[in-house]
Amino acid sequence: MSTRTVITGIGVATPNGLGVEDFWAATRIGKNAIDRVTHFDPTPYPSQLAGEIRHFNAQDHLPSRLIPQTDRMTRLALVAADCAFKDAGIVPGDIAEFDMGVVTASTSGGFEFGQNELKKLWSQGSQYVSAYQSFAWFYAVNSGQISIRNGMRGPSGVVVSDHAGGLDAIAQGRRQIRKGSKLIFSGGFDASICTWGWVAQIAGGRLSTSGDPDRAYLPFDADANGYVPGEGGALLVLEDEPTARERGARNIYGEIAGYGSTFDPKPGSGREPGLRRAIEVALADAGIEADQVDVVFADAAGTPRLDREEADAISAVFGPSGVPVTAPKTMTGRLYSGAAPVDVVSALLAIRDGVIPPTTNVELSPEYAIDLVTAQPRSAPLRTALVLARGYGGFNSAVVVRAAD
Amino acid sequence: MSEQVFTVDALKRILLEGAGADESVDLDGDVLDTSFEDLGYESLALLETGGRIEREYGISLPDDVFSEHPTPRALVAAINALLQDAVAA
Repeated sequence: MSTRTVITGIGVATPNGLGVEDFWAATRIGKNAIDRVTHFDPTPYPSQLAGEIRHFNAQDHLPSRLIPQTDRMTRLALVAADCAFKDAGIVPGDIAEFDMGVVTASTSGGFEFGQNELKKLWSQGSQYVSAYQSFAWFYAVNSGQISIRNGMRGPSGVVVSDHAGGLDAIAQGRRQIRKGSKLIFSGGFDASICTWGWVAQIAGGRLSTSGDPDRAYLPFDADANGYVPGEGGALLVLEDEPTARERGARNIYGEIAGYGSTFDPKPGSGREPGLRRAIEVALADAGIEADQVDVVFADAAGTPRLDREEADAISAVFGPSGVPVTAPKTMTGRLYSGAAPVDVVSALLAIRDGVIPPTTNVELSPEYAIDLVTAQPRSAPLRTALVLARGYGGFNSAVVVRAAD
Repeated sequence: MSEQVFTVDALKRILLEGAGADESVDLDGDVLDTSFEDLGYESLALLETGGRIEREYGISLPDDVFSEHPTPRALVAAINALLQDAVAA
């Protein structure tokens, strides 16, 4: 019998705030952080809105050794790691280095860093390309840099499965805790709001081209017309419960109670998409029935076909309008590998405070038989939350988080 | 080609631009005879530093320049020797 894997610390950086309390203060009331892109001039592009993290100056938080060798996503992840340690009440040296690991997810890698170096390559020549390009763009670099900075030499890695990866990384973190690691950092960060990242995202074909921040990302709305990209993510400190209680952990936000992941059948096969099964596997893994879930944090793709598939999967498991559903990512846009870890954070804080943050801007389409929490936060006693995430190309993942008391 | 001189100040500037400085190290202190390794620069930082010196001074550094000249004082002397060779050539 495995012991429970609990979350004892949080580091979060999203367009809606740096740090747990700032993030949550904005999220629980439904503050919209989507706006016109400022990281570059978006005028020539069909999509011009994003959820950007403003007022983040990495030099204020990180040593100068790390600045020339890091992409923006890594700087955010490193600062979040510092916050997560602090929030957990742990100093890196408190735990033996081989007992601590880092498992993160990545969707894009370090696009902005890579863009700058490619520019130098083509305009000035190969001798102008930074030696740090060798790793700064790489998917695994956030795990690596967090590990190096904090002396975490236990089991580590990276998962690349787009949005689903944020949950897959947390599940991998839980596996490592069950295998005996004392502490695993898990989560994901992406930040590719740069011209190269932008055209790559446009090429995916699912970006909203609306110019109205309140009407651009409308999952489950009759006017759904794609999504808005955002930047940021979250890191969770995972520990096994006895270890956490023994050291007198000051925060035990909840446990990672269940996980399921599936892959969609071949497009055009006519078979049901895999999301429903992922939910059922996660519930079974948590040892609970559907009626024990108090709230669902939806993937909320924002395109009609994907919204339909998700609404169908949720109603199939929970019954028509059988459980409150929310998508607070409507405030920030979709954060790629960072989105689901941020939703896990929202789920844990929702449980803590008994309040479901709203799906902003959305008016539920009558086509979907789900109880979507729109407009206003909803107070409710919450004990168990389900978080869903899907990745481009057919990845489906589901995580159950539960109050730890 | 006019004669160029590579100074310790130039080295410090290039180190800072290309690789920053370790929190525990004051590059303005007495670091001339401290090894780059002890100053917190790993091989990639030195590769980047070497590349920047090559670009700025229009010279080519041998691959082993940092292992043969592992301190700021030794490196500055070695690069000035290379610069003089470049003028003589």
